[in-house]
Amino acid sequence: MKENKFNLKKVGNFLINNGVVILIIISAIIVGVDNPNFFGKYNIKNLLMNVSVRAVIAFGIAAVLIMRNNDLSAGRQVGFAGCIAATLLQKADYVQKVYPNLPPLNMWLVCALLMIGFALTFGLINGLVVSKMHVPAFIGTYGMQTVIYGICLVYTGAQPIGGLIDKYTDWAAGSFLGLDFVPNLGVVALLVGLFIWFLFNHTPFGKKMYAIGGNPNAASVSGINIDRMTILSYMLAAALFALAGFMLGAKAGGTSAALAAGYELFAIAGCTIGGVSTNGGIGKVSGIIIGVLVFEILKIEMQFVGVDVAYTYVVQGIVIVIAIALDIRKYIARK
Amino acid sequence: MSEYVLEMKNICKAFPGVQALNNANLALKAGHVHALMGENGAGKSTLMKCLFGIYKKDSGQIIYQGEEINNRDPFEALNRGIAMVHQELLPIPDRTIAENIYVGRYPVKKIGPIKVIDHKKMYNDAQALLDELNLNFDAHAKLETLTASQMQLVEICKALSADAKIVILDEPTASLTLKEVDKLFEIIRQLTEKGCGVIYISHKMDEILQISDEITIMRDGQYIGTWDASEMTTDMIIEKEVGRELKNLYPPKINTPGEPVFEVKDFCSIHEHSFQHCSFEARDGEILGVAGLVGAQRTELMEAIMGLRGTTSGEVFFKGKKLNIKSPSDAIKEGVTLLTEDRRGSGIFGVLSVADNVGIASVNDYLLYRMMVDQKKINQIVDKSIGELSIKTPSKKTQIQHLSGGNQQKVIISRWLAKDPEVLIMDEPTRGIDVGAKYEIYSIIGRLAKEGKTIIMVSSEMPELIGVCDRIMVMCEGQITGFVEGEDMNQEKIMELSTKFIK
Ligand SMILES: Nc1ncnc2c1ncn2[C@@H]1O[C@H](COP(=O)(O)OP(=O)(O)OP(=O)(O)O)[C@@H](O)[C@H]1O
Ligand SMILES: [Mg+2]
Repeated sequence: MKENKFNLKKVGNFLINNGVVILIIISAIIVGVDNPNFFGKYNIKNLLMNVSVRAVIAFGIAAVLIMRNNDLSAGRQVGFAGCIAATLLQKADYVQKVYPNLPPLNMWLVCALLMIGFALTFGLINGLVVSKMHVPAFIGTYGMQTVIYGICLVYTGAQPIGGLIDKYTDWAAGSFLGLDFVPNLGVVALLVGLFIWFLFNHTPFGKKMYAIGGNPNAASVSGINIDRMTILSYMLAAALFALAGFMLGAKAGGTSAALAAGYELFAIAGCTIGGVSTNGGIGKVSGIIIGVLVFEILKIEMQFVGVDVAYTYVVQGIVIVIAIALDIRKYIARK
Repeated sequence: MSEYVLEMKNICKAFPGVQALNNANLALKAGHVHALMGENGAGKSTLMKCLFGIYKKDSGQIIYQGEEINNRDPFEALNRGIAMVHQELLPIPDRTIAENIYVGRYPVKKIGPIKVIDHKKMYNDAQALLDELNLNFDAHAKLETLTASQMQLVEICKALSADAKIVILDEPTASLTLKEVDKLFEIIRQLTEKGCGVIYISHKMDEILQISDEITIMRDGQYIGTWDASEMTTDMIIEKEVGRELKNLYPPKINTPGEPVFEVKDFCSIHEHSFQHCSFEARDGEILGVAGLVGAQRTELMEAIMGLRGTTSGEVFFKGKKLNIKSPSDAIKEGVTLLTEDRRGSGIFGVLSVADNVGIASVNDYLLYRMMVDQKKINQIVDKSIGELSIKTPSKKTQIQHLSGGNQQKVIISRWLAKDPEVLIMDEPTRGIDVGAKYEIYSIIGRLAKEGKTIIMVSSEMPELIGVCDRIMVMCEGQITGFVEGEDMNQEKIMELSTKFIK
């Protein structure tokens, strides 16, 4: 009798702690039964491509969030990286070419340079501003968000950039080894996920990151250089944002300064739904992937059922708030 | 109505992996001081939290003033007249003392239809309360202007302001000076005269024997028994706590100090009233004690050596080589580590596992392929520590915040043992630790010294310093007032040096 009650309580807790995830999976099944297309090849691939880009951004944000910081410049970094990639990878015969005399470069070289370049500029600056100058992360990175948008407008001349080389766009649209359910972008996200999982769980960087999030004072006394770790986390994040921009530019087939605006909020929401604590020190890679996935499923579901776009925003907003409320609840209710 | 204000019967409470309480009992008479004793992790705090509504008991009965109650939250407990001073302080540093005392229960007055906080009444009441207890603080002062021990007294005021029938004090004296302890005891006496029952948790035997009427002892969540304090002795309490006899409080000395190796030269703080011109030497294989009253700036000096505080001058040498220490990470690289005094603030990583809490300072020392943390190796160290220091934890993956206070302390000690430093500075290493575990920690300190390490041990417990150290450095108001060893190592001499500049 007593045993029974205890188990019921456990089940109840499980349901509440994973409430948002469970609800969304159930609704997906209901939508899927009604619209067989929902589980169709095309839809699933599309879902995975979207999720891939967002997961890469979320991994970057997670590193920063776990250390009790934040990065509001994520979306603009992604957008700017996408724009730069696009200008360097335009077809030679495209009329409105930004750099008319530049032959299209090797796309992998572009990708690598973007990642390194972003880490060394925006990532490094964000890190320095937050650590050495003690500007609260929320404000410091918000400043960066606006700065990057401005630079991006100047860079693109506020014009859309099209005429991307086929190799680039085909790669993003393509599937790994011709397997329809495995988009190339998904493979990239998976590799990044593995890398992040390894970094978070099996390296000194990861251990120190969780420690700083758990208790910065204790971390400092334990010999952890918090400033250095903060800077490194922003640099890692910036490199991942650049990669996400490279992926997104190819997927969209053309870019503009508006690319990826506000994506940081989706990423933060995904992380939180997936259990990255807003109080620092907690967060698992598997959780982040689930969080991002669930959020994306929710969106597509609503499109499928034919919910007015306006309402999809309302629902997404509510889901974010509920997810965070449930997350916080885990810390209050210790009874 | 029975003679008891409070009876707790057969209380059980399980957390994932531990049965924290297993038929625990407690019966408190009005106007009595009832000591609740037991080793670290025995379940004392948990039992009190069940009473106070922080935890929900799984089963058992709580009878308060003749009727069965079940507090769902601390607010309900306070309304019933049950107040608690927690083992871990929960102060709000940048609000005033009065606001801290009345937080959540601010006195209100009505302006038309709206209720607003009656600040005048709040400050007057708070000041009256402070005066009544002979605490000369200004109720308007910010809490952060007080020392940790003064904050503790404010916390006690908070409990008293609730006009309680029962006051629970969970290790209230851990950071109090002798004088403050006297003050506290005076307050407790005032309370009992008014008919209030006091539940008193402490690991300090002399205090218990001095203040309490009855003693209830717990072991592993179980009720062992209740005795009149007058029939108990320290030895008897210890025996009942640990379930076996414990012959000595201090292990025999096994280390022999060698040459001076660690040299601290002319440390001056950037703050005038803090430590000034402090120089001392410690030998290899030596346990150097640091004594002084609260406010002697011992912690500040140690933190400055670690690079945590601003200094205008000061050099550190190890074996003749100058150490360039600007931050704790520099110090640790040079083999100098610090166990901090403030366990919650700068010791534990609450949400991380016991294993991560032990391993965090050593992650760079155990690497595979130069980049991967060798978790197997670290887990071995963790298992060894759990065994050696008898850390009570369901597993090494348990979050440290779920351990009892004393066991958290042992985990942090393990962190520094794992690092294997040359010079180990320990600030109040046995704070909140039970006698058995203290003995284990003293043994470990002795063993490290025998291996040739230098131990610097700051402590407010003079008997402990005298029992364990080879030499004791005494500080008063930021200055080193002398060293005692051998014959001179006695309470009178140390007291004399610790009060040298105090009128
Ligand atoms: N929130 C919690 N979750 C899981 N386990 C807990 C929790 N709180 C306490 N425990 C466990 O319950 C047991 C009793 O802990 P408690 O804090 O009551 O000990 P204590 O007697 O107060 O010890 P100390 O003298 O060290 O303060 C311990 O084994 C502890 O690990
Ligand atoms: Mg306790």
